[in-house]
Amino acid sequence: MTVIPVEKKVLNENQRIALELRRRFQENNVFCVNFISSPGSGKTTLLEKTLAGFAPDEKIAVLTGDLQTENDAKRLARYGFPVQQIVTGGVCHLDGKMIERALEPWPLENLDVLFIENVGNLVCPASYDLGEEAKIVLLSVTEGEDKPLKYPSIFHKSSLLILTKVDLLPYVPFDIEAAEANARQVNPNIEILRVSCATGEGMERWRHWIANRRSASRRQSAAERVTVL
Amino acid sequence: MLEQELQIRRIDPEAMLMHEVGIANSILEAGHRELALRPGSTLVSIGVRVGVLSGVDIEALRFAFECLVAGTSDEKVRFVPESCPRTNRCTACERAFPSPAGSPFLDAPCPYCGSTRTQFVSGDELDLAFVEIEEPSS
Repeated sequence: MTVIPVEKKVLNENQRIALELRRRFQENNVFCVNFISSPGSGKTTLLEKTLAGFAPDEKIAVLTGDLQTENDAKRLARYGFPVQQIVTGGVCHLDGKMIERALEPWPLENLDVLFIENVGNLVCPASYDLGEEAKIVLLSVTEGEDKPLKYPSIFHKSSLLILTKVDLLPYVPFDIEAAEANARQVNPNIEILRVSCATGEGMERWRHWIANRRSASRRQSAAERVTVL
Repeated sequence: MLEQELQIRRIDPEAMLMHEVGIANSILEAGHRELALRPGSTLVSIGVRVGVLSGVDIEALRFAFECLVAGTSDEKVRFVPESCPRTNRCTACERAFPSPAGSPFLDAPCPYCGSTRTQFVSGDELDLAFVEIEEPSS
């Protein structure tokens, strides 16, 4: 019997596709973020409010994943930007290949921002890199403040935590300070925003976050191009 | 500017897989890729390293693996998972240490110097570790 050491990622194939997507996004200056949360935390509503804040001539597109139905794409298409629904038919996450195929009809040179709304699930989407610039995890105040401890993987891998529905704080027992401390226990570097799509609270800071990350990512790709030359 | 469009993309129903089943399938495929390099050999076991922050449950993965191989020529292949703790590095004294009691959280100061300024090192891996094969007797 022979034991052969193998030093490879199990999801090697997905990783290869994700790296290629990331390279294409950087080459074409596409700022891509991947929204992940439990079902019902408010990903689609936040995206609706976000799209409504962009000028109509901005080059924005949305990919939205669900097990079934085109409901989210119909909601998001009302804002005038191209939207594509990925119906996974039971698969609990989006993977690199689904993104690659979905992008076929969209030339990346005509795109500046790509929002990916993952399937509502705090577990599986954490394992699949989609080539995004940042993962953003949403947690609504009607959930438990211990979710970062119950699902550490996604909070560990996300750059930003958006606490949603904060207008409901007076009516629910959610301890927002504890939620933030729990997230930082898993990921000390995570940025945190408190947002309400109902009242607009925090939306300005959220728009600033996007603008800042977009310009930081443009500067980085420009610097990388110079290095290559 | 992209034209406004609403496209629906459906995933092949063949791809309808529970998370751990998809991962178990990737593990089995990786084992077979190694086997293909050594004609005539048979697969004995496959070792994987699963970090506490990988988002994968070892028991669910074991169950998925056993379901996948049942009734196939891979039925006797053993699945050998190793759980990997979160490890951190102290930014003050530069030494690495695992989070206590297999915890995925950064909940302890450096055991060497007591500093609370630590950095994540590992614990999110989902890696193939080894493939064990039986070679044909010559």
